[in-house]
Amino acid sequence: MKNRALTLYAFAYLAFLYVPVLVLPVFSFNNSEFIAFPLSGFTTRWYANLAGDSAMLHALGNSLKVGLVTSLLATMLGLSAAKAVTHYRLKGAGAALGFISLPLFVPDIVLGISLLLLLGAGGLPLSLAAVVLGHLLVCVPFALTVLVARFEGFDRNLEEASADLGENDWMTFRRVTFPLMLPGIVASLLLTFITSFDEFLIAYFLSGTEATLPVYIWGQLRFPARLPMVLALGALILTVSVALVMVAEYVRNLGVKKPMVGA
Amino acid sequence: MSFLAISQVSKAFGGSPVVDQVSLEVPRGEFFSLLGPSGCGKTTLLRMIAGFETPDSGTIAIDGEVMNRVPPHLRPTNMVFQSYAIFPHLNVFDNIAYGLRKLKLPKPALRARIEAMLATVRLEGLGNRAADQLSGGQRQRVALARALVREPKILLLDEPLGALDKRLREAMQIELRALQRKVGITFLLVTHDQEEALSLSDRVAVMESGKILQVAAPRELYERPANRAVADFIGEINFFHATMREIGPDSFSVNAGLLGVIQLPIANLVPGIKPGDHILLAIRPEHVLFAPEGLAGEIAAATFLGERSHFHVRIPGRSDPVAISGTVPPPGDAVHLQFPPERLIALPSRPN
Repeated sequence: MKNRALTLYAFAYLAFLYVPVLVLPVFSFNNSEFIAFPLSGFTTRWYANLAGDSAMLHALGNSLKVGLVTSLLATMLGLSAAKAVTHYRLKGAGAALGFISLPLFVPDIVLGISLLLLLGAGGLPLSLAAVVLGHLLVCVPFALTVLVARFEGFDRNLEEASADLGENDWMTFRRVTFPLMLPGIVASLLLTFITSFDEFLIAYFLSGTEATLPVYIWGQLRFPARLPMVLALGALILTVSVALVMVAEYVRNLGVKKPMVGA
Repeated sequence: MSFLAISQVSKAFGGSPVVDQVSLEVPRGEFFSLLGPSGCGKTTLLRMIAGFETPDSGTIAIDGEVMNRVPPHLRPTNMVFQSYAIFPHLNVFDNIAYGLRKLKLPKPALRARIEAMLATVRLEGLGNRAADQLSGGQRQRVALARALVREPKILLLDEPLGALDKRLREAMQIELRALQRKVGITFLLVTHDQEEALSLSDRVAVMESGKILQVAAPRELYERPANRAVADFIGEINFFHATMREIGPDSFSVNAGLLGVIQLPIANLVPGIKPGDHILLAIRPEHVLFAPEGLAGEIAAATFLGERSHFHVRIPGRSDPVAISGTVPPPGDAVHLQFPPERLIALPSRPN
């Protein structure tokens, strides 16, 4: 039976996707320092330890700072670029979009090393600011993709109507463009934040002494005794990430079914 | 200077002229239409008046003020867009109130003004309706109300009835005309629909290829077209080739081939034609008569159209059939046609 084979395949594929991920929360509640079956009992002490780990909390703070700044900057840059390519007949708009998206296809390790060399040559210190710059390279393309899609469903006459009704460019942006773009902007903020928050390689090269959370976790893996705590942390990040992506997808589709064009 | 004075305005896109040396004067309070096929430059002219396009040369002045350098948001014009451009995130009330922000009206005054405008466009009680819950006709009324509530000096309408179905369009035509009389604002309408332009307007400018061919009142446009292009564009018309013979003080005579030599009243002559010129005689289908004698022909097609019927009569020695409407022919397919001289108009034979 063809259908049964397909169903089996679908389940196998889902298992392949999610079983490894589920290992994380399972072992994070296991009352043993060793990551092995059989499970030896339920505990929440790894989560309790986590809350008392000041180095971890500091790294978490760094990641949040980098993520917030990166997502705001990437979304602002993406908004300008998306408006430019969708509103005006620009020469080389296609090429510009291609070049903006290119960092997505360059391996992060290459980006990380290039930026490291560049900072060194410029005499600039490794810092969280450097991490933000690196993350912008990979986040702006995401922001652009989300925002261009939103702008393309946008009736240009709406902005002309606003001008016709007495509002200048800035007020037109505030009263028409921004409210209509808001779902796209929120989706862009969430996606770029997650991208930055989860990013490891670029942060590893550029963060210097101020570790972000993924870099900190990588450092902890050298100590077997701390492994369960890292698993607990991973489980938390996983939960928050999934929640944020789902919110982003939900918001991105808000209002899409409503006609954006006047007719 | 007229209320709206357009002088020698030209605009080209990518090297090809879209509006070509157009001059136009519209007095205050008139319902004026720009009529022409798509691509004739009428919408570009409208957008230049609104300020969305800048003329390459020439001036546009409203009420004595030159507008060329005034941005759209500071012009005393408001526009009804072809797509209506209703703000989808605002309800009907907020759409109409959009352009009143700078007046900083106290809430009750604002509410009163919007309610009055809702009543004017017959949308009473729909203020809280969301933009996506409006029918086509309602969207059009919201677009009108949103523009009119600002009391513009000129209301610009870009094919405002194009998106409506035929019955609604005819009802809205009557309403639009009544609305213009009521508010007394100068209306400038762009349309490709000749019936719409003729039934709504005080005067119409017929445009083709970026130029204005004729500006006249609807009846004059229909009865006294200035050239072949206008005659062709406004309604159906029959043309006969002819040669000008003599021009007298009260009448002129032409040699019209199949129709023989005819004497016509001088009022039917477009100025600029000289004896010996090749000309066209034009006559509307409803002015051609069936008669016991006259030009012989045969009915090739008959269409029943309700209150009047339409016939095509094939004439030996002429390629195009003659179109006739209104009168009932005698029985049988062989007929004779009469062309009353006072209905034949002499036009230059060149296209415009």
